[in-house]
Amino acid sequence: MSEFPEEPSGPRRVIGTPSPAPRSVDVPVGPEEPTFSAEPSMAEHADNAERIVAALFILAFLAGCGFIAAYIGLEVGVATLPKGANAVVAALRSNLALGTSLGVALLALGTGSMIWVRHLTPNIEIEEERHDLPSAPADRAAFQRSFAEGAAISQITKRPLVRRTMLLATAPLALAPLVLLRDLGPLPQTDLRHTVWRKGLRAVTLGGLRPLTLADLTIPGSMITVIPEGYQDDQDALAKAGVILIKFEPGQLNVPTNVVSGVTVSSPNWTLDSQTVVAYSKICTHVGCPVALYEQTTHHILCPCHQSTFDASTGATVIFGPAPRPLPQLPLALDSSGYIVAASDFTQPVGPSFWERG
Amino acid sequence: MSDDAVKIPAPVAGVGGWLDDRFHGAKGVRTLMHKVFPDHWSFMLGEIALWSFVILLLTGTYLALFFQPSAADVVYHGSYAKLDGITMSQAYASTLNISFDVRGGLLMRQIHHWAADMFMVAIMAHMLRVFFTGAYRKPREVNWLIGIVLFTLGMLEGLFGYSLPDDQLSGAGLRITEGVLQGIPIVGTYASYFLFGGEFPGTQIIPRFYILHVLLFPGIILALITAHLFIMFHQKHTQMPLKGNTEKNVVGQPFFPYFLLKGQAWFFFIFGALVLLATFAQINPIWQYGPYTPLAISSASQPDFYMGILEGSLRMMPAWEINFLGHTLSLSVLIPALLPLGIIFTGAGLWPFFEQWATGDKSFHNINDRPRNAPVRTGVGVAAICFYGVLWAEGANDVLADRFDVPLYTITWISRFLVFILPIGGYFVTKRICLGLQRKDAEMLTHGVEIGIIHQLPNGEFVEEERPLTEEERAVVDSKHVFEALPTPIDADANGVPAPAARSPLGWARTVANRAFVETVAPGDGHGHGYGGNGHGEIEGNGHHAIEDGEHAAVGGDGYDSLEE
Repeated sequence: MSEFPEEPSGPRRVIGTPSPAPRSVDVPVGPEEPTFSAEPSMAEHADNAERIVAALFILAFLAGCGFIAAYIGLEVGVATLPKGANAVVAALRSNLALGTSLGVALLALGTGSMIWVRHLTPNIEIEEERHDLPSAPADRAAFQRSFAEGAAISQITKRPLVRRTMLLATAPLALAPLVLLRDLGPLPQTDLRHTVWRKGLRAVTLGGLRPLTLADLTIPGSMITVIPEGYQDDQDALAKAGVILIKFEPGQLNVPTNVVSGVTVSSPNWTLDSQTVVAYSKICTHVGCPVALYEQTTHHILCPCHQSTFDASTGATVIFGPAPRPLPQLPLALDSSGYIVAASDFTQPVGPSFWERG
Repeated sequence: MSDDAVKIPAPVAGVGGWLDDRFHGAKGVRTLMHKVFPDHWSFMLGEIALWSFVILLLTGTYLALFFQPSAADVVYHGSYAKLDGITMSQAYASTLNISFDVRGGLLMRQIHHWAADMFMVAIMAHMLRVFFTGAYRKPREVNWLIGIVLFTLGMLEGLFGYSLPDDQLSGAGLRITEGVLQGIPIVGTYASYFLFGGEFPGTQIIPRFYILHVLLFPGIILALITAHLFIMFHQKHTQMPLKGNTEKNVVGQPFFPYFLLKGQAWFFFIFGALVLLATFAQINPIWQYGPYTPLAISSASQPDFYMGILEGSLRMMPAWEINFLGHTLSLSVLIPALLPLGIIFTGAGLWPFFEQWATGDKSFHNINDRPRNAPVRTGVGVAAICFYGVLWAEGANDVLADRFDVPLYTITWISRFLVFILPIGGYFVTKRICLGLQRKDAEMLTHGVEIGIIHQLPNGEFVEEERPLTEEERAVVDSKHVFEALPTPIDADANGVPAPAARSPLGWARTVANRAFVETVAPGDGHGHGYGGNGHGEIEGNGHHAIEDGEHAAVGGDGYDSLEE
C-alpha cells in the first residue's frame, strides 16, 4: 500500500468525483499521480473505531476459544457418554455450544473487519480506465494472417485425405465413453410389466408380516398396506408390489369390468367377501409415490406427493390430479387355509407410465 | 504520507523479492492491487453465492470424512434410541452417526444444508439483479450464460446431495426422479435402469450420486465459477449510473486493501449467519423421517426450495397421456418436468441476443440500466418471477391448503389459471409502472424537484417552488438510453417500397418487438445539457437520446427525431 503512488506505470488513476458521503481525505484533482494519505482525517473517531474493532476481535478470540472448549468439554454419542445419558440431548447441547461460539466468533470477525474498513481507512475512491475489449484492427488482421499461415503450413486445407481420416479416427473414440456406460445397468426387458405377485402368494401386513383372513377385515372403511409374503426385505420387489387392501360396506364397492387390448384390467370377480374387499397397487400411476392417504367417507385415495386422487369404490379411477390411469387392481382369492392370496400377478404394469407401456 | 508508511518490513520485502525473482510478479500484482471494484449493495449478491460455495466445499469435505455412501443394510444400534434395532442403509446410519456421535457433525451437516440453500438463493437474487439492471448486455453475455449453467448445475448438485442420506424424504424424491425418467420417450426406461443400476431403488444410486456430488459436479461448478470470476475481472465490473461514472471508466475503491477487507468481512458475515442458522434453525432432521422404504410417505413432502418449481409443475399438471402404436407418451410427467424450467432457462439464455436483435443495439454497456428505463425487460423479468412464483407456491399446495384452510383442489385450480394470468398481467402492470416512473424522471429533469414551499402570487395563483436537480441526482435520473425505432413495414421509402427486412415474418416479429422496446417517455427541454463531463457523450454507437417532448416514441414509430450525441 505504501508503494501506491510512487510508480508512474500501471493504471492511470485520477481521483473521481466525491462520493455522496463526506470525504475524509482531501486529494488533489488532476492528471498527476495523487498522493494518498494513509491516515483518516478524524483521528479521534478513528481511535474510537480502533477500540471497537479490537474489542470485537478479542470477542472473536474468546468465542473461538469457547468453541474449542465446547468441543473438548461436551461429549456426544452413546459410546462416550455416561450410561443412561440422553444422546439426543447431548447432541443438542453440543450443537448449541459449538454453533453459538463459532457463530459469534465469525460474526465478530466480520463486524470488526467491516468497521475497520469503514472507519479506520481513509475513504479513497479511484478511477480506472476501461480499455477497449475488441483488439485493434491491425492486431486482428495479424492474427488472421498468422492463423492462415499456420493452417497452410500444417497442410490441413491442402490435404483433405489427412483431415478426413483424422476426423474418422476420432469418431469411434468419441463414442467410446458412451459405450462404456452400457454396463451401468441391465436392460429393462419386461421388468416393469411384472411384480412378484403370483397365484397363491399370500398377502401379509407391512408392519407385522401377518397373513390376513377375511375375519381380520371386519371394519368397513379401513385400508391396510400389504406386501407379498417373503419379500419384506426385498426393496426392489416392494417398490412395485406394495398393495392396499380396502374393506367396504356391502353394496358400496362397484368395481367395473374393464378390458384393455384384450386383457382384463379390473373386475368385480377379483374382489372378496361378496364384493366388499378390494386390492389396488399402492404405487401411484403418476410418478410412483406410495398412495398412502385414504378418506373413508368419500373412498378417496390420495397420493401425498402430487395429490392424484383415486376413487376406491369405482376401481380406483382418477378423479383429480396428474395421474393418468387408475391404480391397477390385484386379483384376490382365498387359499385353502382361508388366507387372502393373489389370484395372479397384476394384469397391467403398475406405477408410472413409460414409453413401452402402450 | 509519513515516511514510516513507505517502509516495508524486511521479511515481507524478502519474501516478495524471493517470489519476484522466480515469478516476475511485481508489476502484475501491483496492477491487481489497484484493480477498481465499484461498490453497490446489489453487487454483493453474487459474492454471497461465491462464499456459500466455499463454505459448501469446507463443510462437505468434513462430512465426507464420516459419511458412507453405501446402500448395504445394517442394523442400527447407535445414539438415536428411537431407531434402535431398525434395519437401514449404511448411508442413513452414517448420517445418524454424523448427527449424534461426531462432535460438531450435526453443526457441519446443518451448515452444509443451509449453505446449499443460501447458494441457490444468492444465485437467484444475483441473476435477478443482473437481469433487471441489464448487466448481461454486451460484452457480458457469456458470463450470463455461465450463470444459467451454474444455476442448473446447482439444482442437480442439490438433488444429488439431499438424496444421499437415504432417508424417507430423499427416497421419495428419488422415486419421483425415477418416475420422471421413465416418462421420457424412447430412452426413458433405459435411462432409469442405467442410472439406478436396474430396478428402483437398487443399491447403486447412492454411491453413484455420491461421486457425482463430491467430485464431478463440484469440479465443474468450481471451474465455471473460476471462469465466471476471471471474465468478470477481465471485462471489469459494471457500475451504476452515478455522477463521474462513464462507459469508459470504472470508479470505486482499489482491491488492496479495501475490497480485500470488505470481502473478508462479507465472508465472515455469511459464514457466521450460516452457523447461527445451523445452530438455531433445524434443517433436514433425517432422524425424524426414518430410513427409506418404498411403501411409506408422509404428507407435506417437499423438496428443497429450489426444486419447488418442478414439484409444483408436477402437481399442477392435468392428467394428460397419449397412447399410440403400442407406446405411451406421458405428458403429465414430461410437460411439467421439461417445459417450465425449459422456458425459464432457454428464455434467459436467449434474452440478451433477443434484446440485441429487437433493439438493434450492438454497443458495449458498462453502465447498468435502472429497471424503469427498460420497461420491456423489467416487465418480462416480473413476468418470469410470477411464472416461477406460481409454480413454486403450487409445490407446497398441501401446506397452503392446510395453513389457509382452503380446499386442496381449489388451490391447484387457482394456480392453473394464475400461471398464465399472473405473468401476463405482471408484464403489463410493470411496464406501465416503469413508464410512469420515467414520466416522473422526465418531469424532474425539466422542472426540478418540488421543495415544499408554495408561493401565492398577487393574482391568487399558487406556485410551488422547485429547485433544479443536483449534478449527482441528474446523473442518475438522466441515465436513460432511448433506442431508435427500426424501420417498419409502414415506413415505406420515398417510392412507397417497404424496407425488405421488415417484410418477412421474422422482420415483422422484429418490428413488433422493436416497437415495444422503443416505447419510452421522452424528457422535455433541457435534456442533454448541463451534465457534460459525466461521460454520456462517450457512449459508443447507440447514444440516441430522443428530444421530442412528451410523446411515446413507439406511437407511430415513424422516424422521430433523435440526436446523436
